[in-house]
Amino acid sequence: MDALTPAELTAIGLSLKVALTAVACSLPFGIAFGWLLARKRFPGKLLLDTVLVLPLVMPPVVTGFVLLIAFGARGPIGTFLRENFGIVFAFRWTGAALASGIMGFPLMVRAIRVAIEAVDVRLEQAAATLGAPPWRVFLTVCLPLAWPGIVAGAMLAFAKALGEFGATITFVSAIPGETQTLSALMYGMMQVPGGESGLWRLAIVAVAMSFAAVFCSEWLVQRQRRGDAA
Amino acid sequence: MTHPLFSIDIDVARGTFRRSVRIESTRRAIALVGASGAGKTSVLNAIAGLVRPTRGRIAIDGRTLFDAATGVDEPAHHRHIGYVFQDARLFPHLDVRANLLYGAPRRDATPRFAMDAIVDLLGIGALLDRRIEGLSGGEAQRVAIARALLSQPALLLLDEPLSMLDRARKDELLPWLQRVRDEVALPMVWVSHSPEDTARLADAVFELA
Repeated sequence: MDALTPAELTAIGLSLKVALTAVACSLPFGIAFGWLLARKRFPGKLLLDTVLVLPLVMPPVVTGFVLLIAFGARGPIGTFLRENFGIVFAFRWTGAALASGIMGFPLMVRAIRVAIEAVDVRLEQAAATLGAPPWRVFLTVCLPLAWPGIVAGAMLAFAKALGEFGATITFVSAIPGETQTLSALMYGMMQVPGGESGLWRLAIVAVAMSFAAVFCSEWLVQRQRRGDAA
Repeated sequence: MTHPLFSIDIDVARGTFRRSVRIESTRRAIALVGASGAGKTSVLNAIAGLVRPTRGRIAIDGRTLFDAATGVDEPAHHRHIGYVFQDARLFPHLDVRANLLYGAPRRDATPRFAMDAIVDLLGIGALLDRRIEGLSGGEAQRVAIARALLSQPALLLLDEPLSMLDRARKDELLPWLQRVRDEVALPMVWVSHSPEDTARLADAVFELA
């Protein structure tokens, strides 16, 4: 099999950059929402739960379209972020990161929520009686014990972000070197004759990366379960 | 006039049932006895601030921790109450030493309960670097008691510290508990369903019906 071409390598590198950025930026929110859903009861919880799952089941094109309306060059949030912070999402790789981050978010939140639910509340109570305020209980008991599950959720979101296609291409198109990720490049290759060999190579790369990420994720989940049983 | 050391008059609800509990005592070490399900642990949880009574007032040594009438409800982490749970509840991701130091105030150079003294009192010097999962039931309870004392509590709660242990382990731990009672001048509440154990450990016994 031939080596990867520079264009293919660029797309793979971009996909990794986009997916890593997506996970790094969404992880704090994922932990916050996972904790909220695992530990708190509040009005509208079911509604929040539903909204957080939406990106998983909505047509990705719809998610991309909503992002375009809100974060696009003339969208309200897009305009606000550009004028106040100089952050631009429209037709930039950062937009691809935003779109794939949102698409992976339901998987991340769900895994983190399950991991935090698995942490024994009675240990958190013990920490409180030892004088630890809630933030310290969270940082020193909840987070370390839920950590494998949290990383598992991040890996899953990473795998999802890596392969994201519909929302990304709708929101930021497929500009080579900027927003043309692995999936977008493969789709492009399908539209031109003679692209098959490249398709095979990229498909193998995509399967290998997805497999590695999901495998690590599952391994971590099992490790946390075994740790609880001990 | 001296106030009673323990002044507790509360209703606690657990699931569908309610219990009214009244404890007034000037004795330093008191025991709560009663059949399982009598609400002994619920009372300890209420004193520690882990469950909120539906009514009433809790004052220890003149300090009001909870008062439904005036809205006082100190959060658990402000109560300075050492709680030794039935199941020890040591942190599995920390070793023995880190468990012991978890609640120890960092800025107190001369704490009432110093690390070395407490480690000696409970005979756990050899365990300091051990992982939690390697401890026997009796060792785990001694570490839990030491951890509670090192948080410099004003009151010690012990929820059936002997119940999870077999007879031999019980006999092994009992002298340590008596040492804690005799050498640590703290108000204490023991919970037990064994009259034989409480007779050896407490100055006054309250039966929850």
